[in-house]
Amino acid sequence: MKRYFKDIWDSFYTIGIGMGVTFRHLFTKSVTIQYPDVKLELTDRARNRLYVNMDDCIGCDQCSKACPVNCITIETVKAVPPDDLGVTSTGNPKRLWVTKFDIDIAKCCYCALCVYPCPTECIKMTDVYEFSEFDRHNLLYNFSTMTPAEVENAAMKFEKWQADKAAAKKETTDKKKAAGEKPQPKKQETGDSNKNNPPDENKSES
Amino acid sequence: MVETLEQFLPHPLLALFIHAALPMVIVFPYVLFAVWLERKVSAHMQDRLGPMRTGGWHGWSQTIADMIKMIQKEDIVPSRSDKFLFKFAPFLAFMGSYAAFAVIPFSSEYIGAHLDVGAFYILAVTSIVTLSILMAGWASNNKWSLLGAMRTSAQIVSYEIPTVVAVLSVIVATGTLNLMTISEMQSGTIFNWLIFHSPFLFIAFVLYFISSLAEVNRTPFDLPESESELVGGFHTEYSGMRWGMFMLTEYADMFLVSLLGSVLFFGGWNSPFGDFMSGPIWGVFWMISKGMFFIFVMMWLRWTLPRLRVDQLMDVCWKYLIPFAFVNLVLVALWEMIF
Amino acid sequence: MPELRTEEMVINMGPQHPSTHGVLRVELVLDGEIVVDAIPHIGYLHRCFEKHSESMNDYQQVIPYVDRMDYVAAISNELGFAIAMERMLGIEVSERVECIRVIFAELQRIASHLVAIGTYGLDIGAFTPFLHCFRDRERILDIFESTCGARLLYNYIWVGGLSHDVPTDFKDKVRDFVQYFPPKIKEYNDLLTYNKIFIDRTADVGVLPADVALNYASSGPILRGSGVNWDLRRDDPYSIYDQFEFDVVVGKGEMGTVGDCWDRYIVRVREMEQSIRIIAQAVERMPDEGDVKAAVPKRIRPPEGEIYARTETPRGELGYYIISDGSMSPYRVKARSPCFVNLSVLPAISRGSMVSDVVAIVGSIDIVLGEIDR
Repeated sequence: MKRYFKDIWDSFYTIGIGMGVTFRHLFTKSVTIQYPDVKLELTDRARNRLYVNMDDCIGCDQCSKACPVNCITIETVKAVPPDDLGVTSTGNPKRLWVTKFDIDIAKCCYCALCVYPCPTECIKMTDVYEFSEFDRHNLLYNFSTMTPAEVENAAMKFEKWQADKAAAKKETTDKKKAAGEKPQPKKQETGDSNKNNPPDENKSES
Repeated sequence: MVETLEQFLPHPLLALFIHAALPMVIVFPYVLFAVWLERKVSAHMQDRLGPMRTGGWHGWSQTIADMIKMIQKEDIVPSRSDKFLFKFAPFLAFMGSYAAFAVIPFSSEYIGAHLDVGAFYILAVTSIVTLSILMAGWASNNKWSLLGAMRTSAQIVSYEIPTVVAVLSVIVATGTLNLMTISEMQSGTIFNWLIFHSPFLFIAFVLYFISSLAEVNRTPFDLPESESELVGGFHTEYSGMRWGMFMLTEYADMFLVSLLGSVLFFGGWNSPFGDFMSGPIWGVFWMISKGMFFIFVMMWLRWTLPRLRVDQLMDVCWKYLIPFAFVNLVLVALWEMIF
Repeated sequence: MPELRTEEMVINMGPQHPSTHGVLRVELVLDGEIVVDAIPHIGYLHRCFEKHSESMNDYQQVIPYVDRMDYVAAISNELGFAIAMERMLGIEVSERVECIRVIFAELQRIASHLVAIGTYGLDIGAFTPFLHCFRDRERILDIFESTCGARLLYNYIWVGGLSHDVPTDFKDKVRDFVQYFPPKIKEYNDLLTYNKIFIDRTADVGVLPADVALNYASSGPILRGSGVNWDLRRDDPYSIYDQFEFDVVVGKGEMGTVGDCWDRYIVRVREMEQSIRIIAQAVERMPDEGDVKAAVPKRIRPPEGEIYARTETPRGELGYYIISDGSMSPYRVKARSPCFVNLSVLPAISRGSMVSDVVAIVGSIDIVLGEIDR
C-alpha cells in the first residue's frame, strides 16, 4: 500500500521536474540558425570539395594512388623538347601535359588522403560544401585545362617525337650491329598515365 | 440563435445548415493554429526555432501551406485493403468528433443544440472515434495498423470509465447534465468556478485531465500511434487528405476535451473577473483561451514525457484512475450532502 | 473457449523502422502483443569492408573505411586500427600524441553515448532529450572540426600519429566543454533518467544476467550493465589509459533487476561523467609542443605476421585481426565488431516481453548497423 502511494507521488513529482526543465527551455535562446540566410563560418581546416590548381599540377599521379575510393583519374602525355611547360609555383619543373584530370566528387569520401602526398600542394580541400546537382554526371569535375584539340596535338607531337627517337635509335643500333633487340618497348604505350610518370615519383617521396 | 438566422435567410434549412457549420468557423482555424503552435512549442522546448519561413513572421502560414499540399496529394488506397472501410474511416472519425461540438456552449448566446443531456451526449458521441480508428486499422490490412487499432479500442474503452466518473462528480455537484446550465451556474467571479467548489472536484479535474489525455491519444498515452514502435499505428497506410482528416480529428478532439474541461471545471464562457470583460463575444474569447491553455499543457506534457507500455497503460487506468475516481465520486457526493 | 482458434503472427520490424537504428530487420513472432521469438536479420548495410581493405594500396587507405564502420564513433575505430598497426610495426608514439588520442577518444565516447541515450529516449517516446543530446554533441563535433576539418568521419588518427596538430585554442575549448557538460548530464537525468514513466518502461525489462552476458561474449556497456566489472581501458590498457584515474561503472539494479535496460542506460550516462574525468586529466597532462607526425612512417610495410589488438569503443570490445604478408597492402583485416556480438543476445532477452519492450531492448543494446554489417 505504501508502495502504491509512493508510485503516485513519484509519478507526479518526476513529471513535474521534467516539465520544469522543458518550461525553462521554452525561453532559452535557440541553438539553431536559419541556414541559407545565416551560415556558420567554417574553420580553415574544413574538408569539403576538392579543388585542383592546374597551373601547379605536374601530373605525378600521387593523389590518384592515395585515393582509397579511386575517384581521381589522371592521364598525361610527356611534353616533347620544343615545348617548355615551365615550373610550378613551388619550383618543380613540369614535364607532362595533364590531358585529363577528372575527380568524381560523387565518389569522394573527403578523407583528404590525396592532399598530403601532392609535391606541389596543388590539390586541396576547400570550404565549399554547397555543390549538389540534379544530375550525377555533373559531379564529375574536369580540371584539365586542355581542349581536345590541344590534347590531340600533344599526343601527336609525342608520338612523332617517339617515332623520331626510335628511328634515330634504330639507325644507331643498326649501325653498330644488327641484333634484334628493341631498345625501349615500354615507351610504345603512350598516354597511359601510370607508365609515363616515373621522373616525379621520387621527388614526392622526399 | 437559429430563430434569429431564420429571419434573415430564405429557407429554414439553410439557417439550420449555417447554424451547424458555425463551430467549423472556430474549429478549423483552431486546428491550423494548434498544429503551428505544437511545432513552435516543441521547437522551443528543444532549443530550436521551428518553422520560420512560410508567410514571414515565425512561419505563421506553415500549416496552411501544408494543408494545401495535402489536398493536392495523390489519394493512395492500398490494393489489398477493404476499400470502403478504408475510405470511410477518416470521415467517420471527424464526424464523431465534430458532432460533439454541437453541445459545447461557446458563449452565453451560442450553443449548437440546447440539449438537457449535453454531457451524456458528448461522452456517447465521442466513442464513434474509436470505431473509426478500429475501422482504419482493420481496413488497412497491415499488421502494424491492426496492432495500433487493437490498442486504441482497449485504451479508449478503458479510459472512458474514469472520464465518465470524473464528469459524474461534476454532475453530482451541479445536479444537471445541461452544459449551458453548468456554465451559467459558474458565473460571477473566479471563485464560483467548480474547480474551487470543493477539494474533491479539484481531484476530479486531475482525473478528468489524465484520462482525457488517453481519450485523445496524446503522450504519454499515445500508444495507438506510437511512431517509434508501430510507425504511426492505425494511420500508417493513410496519406494525403485522408491522413489529414485523422490529424484534424486528433486536434479537434484535443480541443473538445479541453473545452469540456473548461465548461465543467473552469467556468466555461465566464470571465474570471466577474462582469469585467464579459458578454457573448468575450464569452467566445474566454472559452477559446481556456481551451488553448489546456491544449498548451497537453503539448507541454507531450514534449516532456516518454510513452507508457500497453500493459502499464491499463494498470494506470484500472489500478489507479478508476479506484480514485469512484472514491472521489463518493466524497464529492458526501461533500454535497454536508455543505 | 477451446473452439476459439488463435494463431501466432509473424511481423517484420525493419529494415525500415524508426526504432531499429538503421537497417536491422527483426522478425518477430507475436502472440498478441507478447513476443514469442525475435530473430534478427542483418546484412542490409554490408559494404565489404574486410574485402575492400585487402585491395588497398596502402594500410593508410584502410582508415577511411574503418571510419565508416561505426560511424557514430569513428575516432574509436581509428584508434583501434592505429594501435594494431603500431604494435605490428613496433612504433612508439609521443606522449603528446597519446594525450590527444585519449582526449579525442573520450570526447568521441561522450558524443556516441549522447546519441545512444538520446535515441533511446526517442525509442521510449520522449522526443526532447534527443535534441538536447544532439545540441551538446554538436559542441564536441565543433572541437573535432576545428582540429581536423571533418565532423563525422575524421581520418584523424593515423598509423604512428595524427593527421593534424591541434589548433592553438584546443585546450581552452576542451576545458570549456569539461566545464559545460556536467550540468547538462543533470538535466538529462531530470528530464529522462529518473522519470517515473521512463523507469517503468526500462526497469525489469530485457534482463540480461551476468552469466548469459558472458556466454554471449557481449562487451561494453551491455556487459557492465549486467554487473560484470570489465573494461579494457583498465583491464587490458592500451595507449596511456593506465595512467589515468577513472572508475569502471557497473549496473547495480537500482530501479529493478541487475542487467535490465535501465542499468545499461545508466552505465552510459555515468560513463560520460568518467570520460569527463579522463579528459580533464589528459588536458592537464598534454605537452604543448611536439610534432604529431614525427612517428608516421613514410611507407607502411609491416613484416610478415599477424596481430590482434582490442580497444574499448563506446559499444564494447572492438578487435582488429590483421594479417600481413609483408607487402604494402594487408592480406586480411578482420574486425571483431562489438555491436554484432551484442546484438546476438537480442533473441535471448526479448522472448516473453512485449512489442514495445523489443524496441526498448534494441535501443538499450545501442547497435550501429554500419559496424554490424561492415
